Amino acid sequence: MEALTWTGNVGGLLNPILGISLVFLLVAIMLQLISGLFIPSARGFDADGRHIKHPFTAKINLAVWISFCVLIGVSSLYLVVGVIFGLEGGGIIGGISKQLTPVWLTLFLIFGSSVAFKRKLGLYGKLFDSPVGMIGLGLILFWVLVAIFGGMFDMIVTHNELSQVSGMKNKLPGTPMRGADGADFQYFLLGGDGLARDVFSRAVKGSAIVIVVAPLATLFAFMVGITLGIPAGYYSDPILKFGNSAFLIACILGALFIGLVTFLGAALDIVILLILMVALILWLLVKSSLDTVLSFLANLILAFPVILLFFLLVTPEIVKTGLPNYMALILFFFPVIFLAVLLNSKYHTRPDVHLWVVGGVTVLSMWVYLSMISEPDTAIHILPIPLDFISMPPEILVVFVSVVFVNSPTVFRIVRGLTLDIKSRDYVAAAQTRGERGWYIMLWEILPNVRGPLIVDFCLRIGYTTILLGTLGFFGLGLESESPDWGTTINAGRRLLSVAPIPALVPAIALMSLVLGLNLLADGLREESLRD
Amino acid sequence: MGTFIIRRTALMLLTALSLTFIVFVMTNLQPNLEKLAKTQGNFRMSEAEVSSYLRDRGFDRPVTLKYGEWLGIVPSYLIEGRDGETRSRCSAHGVIKSNTPRYCGIIQGYWGQSWVFKEPVADVIAKRLSATGVLMFWVFLVMVPSALFLGVLAGMKEGSRLDRTLSTGAIATTATPEYVSGVVFIALLASSKFGLSPLFNSLGWSDKRILFKGSATSAAKEMPADYDVYWLPDFLEGFWWKVAEAPTLENFMLPVLTIALYGMGYIARMTRASMAEVMTSQYIRTARLKGVNFRNIVIKHALRNALIAPFTVIMLQIPWLLTGVVIVETLFNFKGLGFALVQAAGNNDIDLLLAVSVVSVIVVLMTQLISDIGYVFLNPRISMS
Repeated sequence: MEALTWTGNVGGLLNPILGISLVFLLVAIMLQLISGLFIPSARGFDADGRHIKHPFTAKINLAVWISFCVLIGVSSLYLVVGVIFGLEGGGIIGGISKQLTPVWLTLFLIFGSSVAFKRKLGLYGKLFDSPVGMIGLGLILFWVLVAIFGGMFDMIVTHNELSQVSGMKNKLPGTPMRGADGADFQYFLLGGDGLARDVFSRAVKGSAIVIVVAPLATLFAFMVGITLGIPAGYYSDPILKFGNSAFLIACILGALFIGLVTFLGAALDIVILLILMVALILWLLVKSSLDTVLSFLANLILAFPVILLFFLLVTPEIVKTGLPNYMALILFFFPVIFLAVLLNSKYHTRPDVHLWVVGGVTVLSMWVYLSMISEPDTAIHILPIPLDFISMPPEILVVFVSVVFVNSPTVFRIVRGLTLDIKSRDYVAAAQTRGERGWYIMLWEILPNVRGPLIVDFCLRIGYTTILLGTLGFFGLGLESESPDWGTTINAGRRLLSVAPIPALVPAIALMSLVLGLNLLADGLREESLRD
Repeated sequence: MGTFIIRRTALMLLTALSLTFIVFVMTNLQPNLEKLAKTQGNFRMSEAEVSSYLRDRGFDRPVTLKYGEWLGIVPSYLIEGRDGETRSRCSAHGVIKSNTPRYCGIIQGYWGQSWVFKEPVADVIAKRLSATGVLMFWVFLVMVPSALFLGVLAGMKEGSRLDRTLSTGAIATTATPEYVSGVVFIALLASSKFGLSPLFNSLGWSDKRILFKGSATSAAKEMPADYDVYWLPDFLEGFWWKVAEAPTLENFMLPVLTIALYGMGYIARMTRASMAEVMTSQYIRTARLKGVNFRNIVIKHALRNALIAPFTVIMLQIPWLLTGVVIVETLFNFKGLGFALVQAAGNNDIDLLLAVSVVSVIVVLMTQLISDIGYVFLNPRISMS
């Protein structure tokens, strides 16, 4: 069998058109930018009050628009031909496009229905007014769908992502698979990597890891950041007084913490240091404010170079000590606290449903929490196996915990800053005058009013988390070396970069497009939320 | 201002102490020490041999004591090992000599011995830091002017097509981490089989087999003995070699570009925001109504005020670039501080790891301090008291 070309039969017709329209577009854009510097943007106004454009500007704009449309049209033609005719008609691109058919269909459905109902969909609907936001959303949805169809249902992948096929080492894209029988997919669409595995299937499988871990880790970081950041910004006075009940509770918590550490077998000098530290924190909470303590801790973590933190935290030796499990114990508890406090502050005035709502949700979230942190054969194994319905592989847990740990202080600082800004508003004063309690004001008055910047930052931060996950993989930390996630694959491919660049380029471009999508979406959301 | 600086310095010291203590504790955890013993002794050591190796070198004592030794406020251990030799930290965990001091910590200026490089840590750090310094120098030389230029260009007409194009470009560069752009650059420009190099070669535009090198190792090579620049005094020649002679366009272009690209987008966006804000202010409108032409408004009136905010951003960008430096030095095989960090962490080289973290913590905290002080100096609206 012959090797596939990139564009197959359809390429003979479409490639020249694509090339010409691309050159036209680039020239037109350059002209547009250069002319924009010299030609004033408006020459005056017409009878309806609209800008009159310079005739040259109008012509150039039209040229850009037309060549852009042609470019998009031709590019999508490749994909359409691929979906219909597959490998024979569309070459490698056609073959990939055919594999991705379920993704295209779902993407089309989601976009079609969203555009049709965009006026009823709130902020999400408004996104479809901004081209930047739409492109961003498209890129993200594409990868989410690839992760769902390819990662969960095994629909898109052409080969097993771990199986090595002899004779396929570092082969170019479109090489026929050696020794393929009738049931196998006949080609390696994007070639083979250094260990003779299918590059395309690995990239698809790798997306599932990123798409699951990055948003979840960011969500947890936000829970930690919000739960600590809002009170830090809201309470500027000391929150403890000698002898009051809060002081006693804090003392008991501190004693419990030290007891736990001693029980786990810490050395005597460490225990003494911890006692001093807890005493110092209590003293600061009485004399200064919560903000002082938490900001110092956040700045401490932020002063750590991220990469050093990763090298210290994510090594097999540290995993052996169980440190990531203990960190998970603390970090994963914040969502439980957040949910409980959120509901309690809302429903404590309604005794009829209070116990059921708050109790039920807390029990449920405690169960999820326990089954997340409890794993057989690790330091923490609390829950009996039949109840333990989430099984997190230890290497994923380490990566997850370290990424949450790195992100939380930044979120904390953002939330704290926003709260400091909002808390002097009239509606907060009104709620205080009404006699609302602190947590109600923080979570039901302040939090909803800072949601705009937080949503934008959430999108940006998922992108940043994706980059961090890639960094971990790039240094071979955390996940095992055969894992198909993008960072690890880039790391494996970079050694032979000048001989066989494709195995490293494919995950690199995949990662970049996902992060770009998230950044563009954040930009679109910012623009649309500023508009009203 | 005086009390401000004193308070900040005290806080910095406290932060640095806490951070180094955390690093110290983590590197001295039992599994890490066992790894150290096995990589330094041999991999087939039994558990008893590992523990006696560690005991002979004072590793099995309380961690606070060891930290005190590292700081130099506790005298170094003197342990007679099973082999009958007495060892001390001050003789690099080796057999003591007659002139071995009692105290040897960073207060005394002793940074310890690197297990990986078999050299004093201070030497390793000095050599590697200067290499990374050269890299950063070129990165800043490329990144800052172009980022400021693009930011000002985008911000002077907010909402124009140029602005939108540049802003989208800036978003794209911030979405491209170093390990992605580095891989793309190498594949595109430094491969003799793929990308632009074979194309340029066949078209006759370039007679080189590859356009740029995918490795920056040669940018950190030693100065040859007969190196002489006739117009420079002798003591500056070593400096000139390091900064300008050894790094060439061929071996330094791609690493510098890779780091600069990721940082550039963010600085450009901040400059754009600052410039756009200044352009809407009252005094710019007054100047326009007076009939000052647009170029003079931008250069004489707007630029100086618009560049205050980016200064802070650039300073705070330095810690962010640290990760990028580690990635790029690994990818391009450049023997700088980041490369040392990777090797130190991979082998649990305690003293070197601590020294690298001290350096990076100082960089992080100093840039914060400089950006705060610089902001006050640059901005006449903030009073000094």
